[in-house]
Amino acid sequence: MQKLLGSNFLKKAIFLAATFGLVQLLIVTGVINPFIMDTLTTICINIILAVSLNLITGFTGQFSLGHAGFMSIGAYTCTIITLRVPTTLGFITGLLAGAILAALVGAVVGLPTLRLRGDYLAIATLGMAEIIRIIFLNLDITNGAAGLFNNNQYVNWFWLFLFTAGTVVLISNFIKSSHGRACISIREDEIAAEAVGINSTKYKVTAFVMGAFFAGIAGSMHSSYFYFIKPDLFGFLKSINILVIVVFGGLGSISGSIIAAILLALISTSLQSIPELQMVIYAAMLITIMLFRPQGLMGSKELSLSLFKKWSSLIHRKNGGEA
Amino acid sequence: MEQFFQQIINGISLGSIYALIALGYTMVYGIIKLINFAHGDVYMVGAYIGYFCMTSFHMGFLPSLFIAMTFCVILGVAIEKIAYKPLRNATRIAVLITAIGVSLFIEYGTMFFVKADVRSYPPLTGLLVKSFKLGDIVITMQQLLIVGITVILMVLLQFIVKRTRIGKAMRAVSLDKEAAELMGINVNTTISFTFVLGSALAGAAGVLVGIYYNSINPLMGIMPGLKAFVAAVFGGIGIIPGAMIGGYFIGTLEVMVSGYGNSMFRDAVVFAVLILILIVKPSGLLGKETREKV
Amino acid sequence: MPILKVNKLTKAFGGLMAVSNVNLELNQGELVGLIGPNGAGKTTVFNLLTGIYVPTSGTITLFQDNNQTQLQCLKPYTICKAGVARTFQNIRLFKDLTVLDNVRIAMHKNLDYGLFASLFHTKAYSEEENQLIEKSLELLKILKLHHKKDELARNLPYGEQRHLEIVRALAANPSLLLLDEPAAGMNPAETANLTEMIGWIRKNFNLTILLIEHDMSLVMKICERIYVLDYGMVIAEGTPSEIKANKRVIEAYLGEEVNHA
Repeated sequence: MQKLLGSNFLKKAIFLAATFGLVQLLIVTGVINPFIMDTLTTICINIILAVSLNLITGFTGQFSLGHAGFMSIGAYTCTIITLRVPTTLGFITGLLAGAILAALVGAVVGLPTLRLRGDYLAIATLGMAEIIRIIFLNLDITNGAAGLFNNNQYVNWFWLFLFTAGTVVLISNFIKSSHGRACISIREDEIAAEAVGINSTKYKVTAFVMGAFFAGIAGSMHSSYFYFIKPDLFGFLKSINILVIVVFGGLGSISGSIIAAILLALISTSLQSIPELQMVIYAAMLITIMLFRPQGLMGSKELSLSLFKKWSSLIHRKNGGEA
Repeated sequence: MEQFFQQIINGISLGSIYALIALGYTMVYGIIKLINFAHGDVYMVGAYIGYFCMTSFHMGFLPSLFIAMTFCVILGVAIEKIAYKPLRNATRIAVLITAIGVSLFIEYGTMFFVKADVRSYPPLTGLLVKSFKLGDIVITMQQLLIVGITVILMVLLQFIVKRTRIGKAMRAVSLDKEAAELMGINVNTTISFTFVLGSALAGAAGVLVGIYYNSINPLMGIMPGLKAFVAAVFGGIGIIPGAMIGGYFIGTLEVMVSGYGNSMFRDAVVFAVLILILIVKPSGLLGKETREKV
Repeated sequence: MPILKVNKLTKAFGGLMAVSNVNLELNQGELVGLIGPNGAGKTTVFNLLTGIYVPTSGTITLFQDNNQTQLQCLKPYTICKAGVARTFQNIRLFKDLTVLDNVRIAMHKNLDYGLFASLFHTKAYSEEENQLIEKSLELLKILKLHHKKDELARNLPYGEQRHLEIVRALAANPSLLLLDEPAAGMNPAETANLTEMIGWIRKNFNLTILLIEHDMSLVMKICERIYVLDYGMVIAEGTPSEIKANKRVIEAYLGEEVNHA
């Protein structure tokens, strides 16, 4: 068993290192131009956002419509700090400070509101994100509606990869632990979970705070790559977009969130040539997906080697039947 | 003191509009437990239909109002039939995402046809531009019109819900869908009828807001929609008088914050009230506590 | 030696007295039945004992190794940690999780590794997780569910779902086990099997059991003492043979007609 875990770990490490190396190579050789890099960055940031929201909504079953609020806290904190300390160290400090601040706000907001169920929690978190946005709109240090401009780009492929892979690995590890199972049991049946000794409030808040933390990181990455932030970037629509990635990929499926983040970014990039219809098509697609596949691409399953084997054996059988 | 009463009057006018929208939210939520995010956009479409009736077809106020309401009814029922009905047994989150999708579709679809520009309603004429003065307090004819029409519609709604067969069916379905079906009530028709009522009210609110604030745009439904939902939650979601009280409360609160505090924070205050009421009494002002059976 | 003392327990829902002035006393190692007609308040008593409802008045005291714990104001999860586990009348498994996960989740409260270990899958994590799996399988073996450990709970047949709920309750390592209609929906052969199993569990896990049951064959066979509840009040208490002969109990079950007949 110990050995098996070891080899699994090795496989993962090789896969991650290979991905990093390959993309780095493509950047160095210029195959990935700045335009593709923008898309890649958007994908990575959306993966962090979607996986962290999936922890809250997909795994713990707490319906949040305010993820963009946490993202904005990270973005503003990081920008404000890097404007004063314009170094990579400043960026990392800002990123951590932003994530911690987002987590703190998550705890303060989560403790009272996570008692609410379903739609009520959704509306409360939506209200929370709107309040955060309005506060940023009115503060001096955030420069109100005009927003903040960061002169330097601190995020490169290294940081991007480190934080995206880090988020995915840490959250999947958490899900596969007893603490993660405690969260999942709350989604399944909160009363039964409490009856077998799970402190549901503690784990709901834990998931919420962790989700907020990683959303804060995503916000910092956004502000340090795209230079510019303003409150309207983190409105209701942004929260919805994140939720759409999670639902499209499948609630409770981390690989689903990753696939959906990639697919949706590609779709929105390809729609950029028809800006006036972009949102209409996006909306129509959303409705169609929900009507025909409400459980999302992956349901709650994970993409894994065994699933591949299952598919290939299915295809094999089909082919055999035809022959 | 005069200023205070003036604010109250302005608050009641705005509150009427919120109350009209909130009624649609509350009825739909009461019957299918769905936050119909597209509801605010039905209101926006109502405002545009009224606008085109008055400008392109030079119609009077009342015919425009009537046509806008009719069109919104068709739109509301179409939304229900196309997008919500197939998901009757799906998870709550799937339906909610669909509602958000419908909302975006209407917003940006409208934007595609009428462009994103702000349009202004035609100036009112005749009796409708008059205003009255009571000391220093000014009451415009528009305000009287808004409040008057709102009251008429609410009385009509109460009559339909309390005194008619279909109203009884609505109440039955919202209490227990399965049992209602077993009693021979056509649940689908009843749900559609709920959308008819809600959308008609939203359409009316759209035209009223057009003549009150004068400017309309394709995204105008988002914020009033959210606030009307807050109003519905405040009064107790699913409860018709609750939505009315909530609407007037939120309207007055908003006007007061703008008048006496900082108008930049008026939306924040509304949402803070929402969070507060959800924490203190999630079932709302008139709501009853319900518990899960174990 | 008592393990649980319930004193004047009362629960009112608005004007309705669901449970009023109930006194119960369970001794260490006893198997006690709680019976009564539908709507008598049996499950409400369970919900009060496990903290799902907060009592309107009255006290619930748990005695363990010279320790006394007042349960009436505790949350469900702390009551479980104190040593009271239960099953539900309408099965409440974690339906979309595997059989093994259902059992592992109930063991979570005794776990030692923290958040850091779970995020980084440290050595402590893998050691404890392996132990957890081992212990879970041991428990599952008792009810012959171990070969189904990877099946989703929702896919188990009804009887096995009831069994899994019992295993899950045992996994919480209780000293007092509350079973809410464990034999509901089972045929006579299955009920007989379950009766035997409950006895076996009590002996081997050194448990005290309080059970709600409508199946009198089960209750009369294994319970040492029985409490009868009607309209939220205890109307009788005694050994099975005493209860069988009790006039008030027969009235409660059969209605007033008995008197007139």
